[in-house]
Order: sequence, then structure tokens, then C-alpha cells
Amino acid sequence: MLVDLGPVVGSNVSFFGERLGCRIHVEDVFSEIEKADVERRLDTLGDALVGRCGRPEGSVDGVLCWDVFDYLDKPVGQQLAKELVKMLAPGGALLAFFATLQNPEPLYNRYVVKDEEHLEHRTLRASKARHHVLANRDVNRMFEGLTVADSFLLLTKTREMMFRKPSATPRGVPLEF
Amino acid sequence: MNIGKSVVIKGELLGSEDLTIEGQVEGKIELKDHVLTIGPNGRIKAAVFAKSVVVLGEVIGDVSASEKVDIRDKGTVEGDLISPRVAIAEGAHFRGSIDMQRGQRPAETKAERAEAKASEAKASETKAQPAVAASAKA
Repeated sequence: MLVDLGPVVGSNVSFFGERLGCRIHVEDVFSEIEKADVERRLDTLGDALVGRCGRPEGSVDGVLCWDVFDYLDKPVGQQLAKELVKMLAPGGALLAFFATLQNPEPLYNRYVVKDEEHLEHRTLRASKARHHVLANRDVNRMFEGLTVADSFLLLTKTREMMFRKPSATPRGVPLEF
Repeated sequence: MNIGKSVVIKGELLGSEDLTIEGQVEGKIELKDHVLTIGPNGRIKAAVFAKSVVVLGEVIGDVSASEKVDIRDKGTVEGDLISPRVAIAEGAHFRGSIDMQRGQRPAETKAERAEAKASEAKASETKAQPAVAASAKA
């Protein structure tokens, strides 16, 4: 099971569903942010996101966060991250992008998987500018319980990070020294 | 067969022909072996079962298709999709799970079978050519 937190992208569904054989669950966090703003309930956005995105503990093999955390207030981001860590299965992976430069435009980003090595970036209009930059320390603290498997600084000055949930050590397997 | 904009159906809708819905349906829609089209004015709150489903309007409910689910631009689906092929246009809205049943072989269309046969025939023709050329030289 793969959870995708970005706006649905048809070619991504085909890539992960057909080529990799994943079952995919899509929750568009951006549309949830817009809806919460219109309905004046941004103060309960964290609860709403956890309610919508939450899956049974340890039931998810992968999470595609894209750059959603760059658009969530810190407490909301922390609440969502905690839920994502909980629902990841041991050995599961979480991919997230974090900007290092703030974008003042009222835009969201949509990422389109072209193939195994290429990702295309497109923008989506937002009702207002919500983009902000998270400090490295805050990112690592948000995903407590996961280890950083890979981290790259892209040419676009975006940090691409892959986190992994440690696998459970099988019982009865002797540790060798 | 068309269900018009002003029509409201509550209950089970079963059929053995292609169907376009522009009205409202609540309950269950079953069109095995046929194409269901939810038109731009269609509003469905139902479990849907069909050979292919094309969504230009709104569906709230799970959609199962033996061939394909196609959510067009401005189409909205909230529910789970079960289909070997899923196409979601830019501008479509979707929320839910997608199961493409990769373990099961997708149904072949007539066009795909014809194309496969034509490629096979071409491949065996190409194999025969060197043998013909070799015997001509001899």
C-alpha cells in the first residue's frame, strides 16, 4: 500500500499501480488546506488531516509526501508527521521534499513521475501564499522514529529526503559481535 | 440509453446495455459487460460495477470496472477504484484507493488482440525471409 498526499496525478497512478503493482491511496492535502481555509477551520486542520490520511498502524509500505509540509504550519505538520510514522510498516519508506528558499507566490507544486529517473514539476494555483521553509532540525524532529536513508540537495534548491522505518529485529536471531 | 438531468433514481439500477447518466442515482449501479458514462450533470451516490466507467460528473462510492475507469477533466470521484486500467485527467478530482489488480491479467480488447496477431505474423514473416534468401543464393 502506497499513500500519496499530493494532488492526484494520472500518470503517477499508472506508474505506481501498473508498473510497480502498488495499491495506492490518494489524499489531496492541498485541497484539504483550501477547504479548511474556506470553512474557517484551519485551527482544526491537523485533526482533519489525521482523520483523512490516517491508516491502521503499520499498514503502509510507502508514503509520498512530496512537499506538503512546506505548506503546513509547524504544529499541523508535526501532528501529520507523527501519524505517518505510526502508519508506516517496519522497513517502510517515506519520501518528502523540503524547500530551502521561500516562494512568495500563491502556488502549490505537483510532481509528475516521468520514469524511474525523472520527475517533472508543475505548479497549481493556491488561494493564498502559504509556502515556508522548515529548518533541518525541525524536519528531523518531525519524523522521529524514522532514519534518514537518503538526502539530496537538488539544483532547484529543494531537499529531497527518503526516510525509512527501522525493520523489526526478528526474535530468536542471535546478534553477532 | 440516457438518464436525463431531471431524473432521480434511488435503489438498484441494473442493465445490459451502455448507459449515460445525467441525473441523480443513489444506491447501486450494475452494468456488467457494458460502458457506464456519468455525464457532466450526473451525481451518483452508489456502488458502481461495469465493464468500463467514464466519469465527467460526480461519483461518491466505490467503482469496479473489469476493463477501465476513466476520470475526465472536471470529473470527481470519492471512493475506491478497482480496475486493471485507470486514467485520471489533469483537473480531475479523486480521493480514495486504487487497486489495479496487477496479479490478475487485464481483459484484452479486440483491437489489442488484432494488433498482437499482426505483430506475430510480421515476426514469423521476418524469420522466414533469411531462409528464403539463403535458398535463393544457393
